[in-house]
Amino acid sequence: MALSREQMAQRVARELQDGYYVNLGIGIPTLVANYVPDGMEVMLQSENGLLGMGAFPTEAELDADMINAGKQTVTARVGASIFNSAESFAMIRGGHIDLTVLGAFEVDVQGNIASWMIPGKLVKGMGGAMDLVAGAENIIVLMTHASKDGESKLLPACTLPLTGANCIKRVLTDLAYLEIENGAFVLKERAPGVSVEEIVAKTAGELVVPDHVPEMTF
Amino acid sequence: MAGFDKRVNSYAEALDGLEDGMTVLAGGFGLCGIPENLIAEIKRKGTRDLTVVSNNCGVDGFGLGLLLEDRQIRKMIASYVGENALFEKQLLDGELEVELTPQGTLAEKMRAGGAGIPAFYTATGFGTPIAEGKDVREFNGRPHILEHAITGDFAIVKGWKADRYGNVIYRHTAQNFNPLAAAAAKVTVVEVEEIVEPGEIDPTQIHTPGIYVDRIICGTFEKRIEKRTVRT
Repeated sequence: MALSREQMAQRVARELQDGYYVNLGIGIPTLVANYVPDGMEVMLQSENGLLGMGAFPTEAELDADMINAGKQTVTARVGASIFNSAESFAMIRGGHIDLTVLGAFEVDVQGNIASWMIPGKLVKGMGGAMDLVAGAENIIVLMTHASKDGESKLLPACTLPLTGANCIKRVLTDLAYLEIENGAFVLKERAPGVSVEEIVAKTAGELVVPDHVPEMTF
Repeated sequence: MAGFDKRVNSYAEALDGLEDGMTVLAGGFGLCGIPENLIAEIKRKGTRDLTVVSNNCGVDGFGLGLLLEDRQIRKMIASYVGENALFEKQLLDGELEVELTPQGTLAEKMRAGGAGIPAFYTATGFGTPIAEGKDVREFNGRPHILEHAITGDFAIVKGWKADRYGNVIYRHTAQNFNPLAAAAAKVTVVEVEEIVEPGEIDPTQIHTPGIYVDRIICGTFEKRIEKRTVRT
């Protein structure tokens, strides 16, 4: 079975460490916040200028001046700080964020990522994605392994305009966890009940399959 | 003292001197911390052919979206513009020019503009469409692209409190691009929720020192929420 959105978030949450500053992109990455292990403290950075994003507000706490980068109303947790956009991106570009999790349309064996623009469709903008992929050492891309038509999104070379070049080393899809090393995807884990053959069939870029590929457990 | 009294009495006075074809830097992220009354005044004035620099372009009927209704914006420099049907239409019809800029690069361009730094190198955007035609240089073994600073003729800024010296503080995440816009324009206009007596704001807590600010006006704000999310 392919991983559900929740399982993908749960799997990524295992990469968190106590004391991490983390930026979560919009969509499935946001769900990672629901799976921070008990007893572990992480600070979520929201690039509009909030370090220490808390839960959504109650009706009583609702405040138009407190939003996250997805423009949702949020709260600040104890220990949070708030600052301007240049300061926020100094944290990102300066490499101070311990883990960045974001979505993508395509990734390739060179660690290139395309996530913001489909030619011929309306382009809304890259927001902070180009800064995040250029600035972070530790990035996990969360995406489905193949399109609804079965086309692989893990490619020899991205076909869409890039968000960043040579910057992705780790990818979690609904089928597998992979790392990018020496110009190839390396299959590290597979989703429960998903065969290596299915992953091979749905990976267009060069794929290295070790002798033993452990199954994820939930 | 009068030389340091930045207060003006009307929105018309606040935007006196804003002319067709000028570049306007606007604070705000989505609809959070936008100078909503100053935007409405630009609409009332009917100033045209503006280049507007802002992270986003409001929504239909509110914020910078208002300036699209009478086609007052010729060019938009922004990082994300998706919230707006009229924007889409004018873009597809070729009536509006858009320069999409990564959010951090946009912030840094404004910061640099205010700080007198004409350009800077950044890794952001290397290898992507936004790097086309830009100078590339390697630092620490990594390619970077040259990005130019942004300055404006006017900055329109939303603060929380200010004193008559033009010292401003922002409230929560309504800060965003506001202090950057404030520092990077020839004429900086700040609208606030409250004008307080000098000394009431602790000097160590001031976000935008008065040196950057030319005009202060006190307004009332709708503060529309774009995505109302609550927990039960």
